[in-house]
Amino acid sequence: MGIRTLVGMLVAALAVIGVLATQEAYSLFLPGLLQGAVLTIEIALLGSLLAVVMGVLAALARMYGPAPLRWLATVYVEIFRGTSALVQLFWLFFVLPQFGVSLDAFLVAVLALGLNVGAYGSEVVRGAIQSVARGQWEAATALNMSRAQMLRRIILPQAFVAMIPPWGNLFIELLKSTALVSLITLSDLAFKAQQMNQNTFKTIPIFTLVLLMYLAMSLVLTIGMRLLERRASLGLARGRAA
Amino acid sequence: MTEQPMVRFENVSKRYGALTVLDGLDLEIKRGEKVSVIGPSGSGKTTVLRMLMTLETINDGVIWVEGEPLTHMHRNGKLVPADINHIRKIRAKIGMVFQSFNLFPHMTAMANCIEAPITVLGMKRADAEARAADLLEMVGLGQKKGHYPSQLSGGQQQRVAIARALAMRPKIMLFDEVTSALDPELVGEVLEVIRKLGREHDLTMLMVTHQMGFAKEFSDRVCFFHAGKICEQGPPKELFGAPKNERTQQFLRAVLEAG
Repeated sequence: MGIRTLVGMLVAALAVIGVLATQEAYSLFLPGLLQGAVLTIEIALLGSLLAVVMGVLAALARMYGPAPLRWLATVYVEIFRGTSALVQLFWLFFVLPQFGVSLDAFLVAVLALGLNVGAYGSEVVRGAIQSVARGQWEAATALNMSRAQMLRRIILPQAFVAMIPPWGNLFIELLKSTALVSLITLSDLAFKAQQMNQNTFKTIPIFTLVLLMYLAMSLVLTIGMRLLERRASLGLARGRAA
Repeated sequence: MTEQPMVRFENVSKRYGALTVLDGLDLEIKRGEKVSVIGPSGSGKTTVLRMLMTLETINDGVIWVEGEPLTHMHRNGKLVPADINHIRKIRAKIGMVFQSFNLFPHMTAMANCIEAPITVLGMKRADAEARAADLLEMVGLGQKKGHYPSQLSGGQQQRVAIARALAMRPKIMLFDEVTSALDPELVGEVLEVIRKLGREHDLTMLMVTHQMGFAKEFSDRVCFFHAGKICEQGPPKELFGAPKNERTQQFLRAVLEAG
């Protein structure tokens, strides 16, 4: 349901950007904003990747790990879920150097956002694993599989389908949170917009373009996740309609 | 020296909190023997299979398979609870078919049958596929290799599940009410496969069933469970023909009236 609507919205958003770009009042800002958008996309992609890795690892550690790992994963999840992303960003960027660890701003952005969203993601992964029918575990046990084999071959492929929609939400959350990185010296889309606004006071064209660009990015993400979901659930339900 | 029993339950008990599901069960099953377990629901009969498949832990006693403990292992001359490596070593001799089939929905019939032989036994894909093809042929599904479970009827799914279990070359096969979830017209095709298995393979079989006619014709021995204990057991002719125990008589009368 709705993929066509989403694609329609995306086309409309891009068309409006295209039309506005023909006007000088708008086209003036486009190159700078696009530059910022590229950085935003880079941070969002790498952050999402880290979030998935952390989410899966933390969920598995909490569910099946030995006590120390379980403990570590719980501490990670609670800290990164229980404090704001902005504070995490500042802590990694401004506080850590006081202890002699200076990280590049881009790295801090990816780390903070990825770890933050990964903490939420671990709950998504856990819920999806628990949603797989118990009989699947039992059948795998009766075939004498090890727990790692069951997870990898039987449980996770089925849990994957259930994970896609909630991960889509988290990715959009992460995309929007990238605006925070303008506060640690990175020239992302939000930073470029503020900078241009301060210099020119052309608030309407600048923030109209920025709004459309964020919208277009999140629509691309949503459409991508919908397609992935459709494909993955096809594999599970093949022939059910036949 | 007498031959080791294939399976031996020695004083096995299973409790859930205050509820005792099995109470000091002693049961021996000989190599190649076909044993049916009958009884009212809640009598602990399914629990017997689930404990043997290690899907349930036990609270007391020891389960032995071919003279080796399954639930325990020897350490310094004593029996201690088994670790997962020991359990997997012994469990390899046992296969199980479930009431609700439990096929892997993201895999074709063929993939269901070669998954564990490849990942667990380390078989080469080509060998595993050849064996799976034979087994699917044997259960009458040679033409359905590429079908997903959702494309198969209940009876067909259950036959794939039987082939999948056999692909691991078990010595003992457990059947847990394998026809209970099937439409009546599909029961026969599954029972026919089990009959065939009984004839052609030297398998030890333990089945929980509500199909009294099948239990009578197929088993070497029938055990009637009641309230966590074996109430009466014997050759099917005796148990069905002239049950001695009053509970058995009641149960059989009720089942016959319903059927």
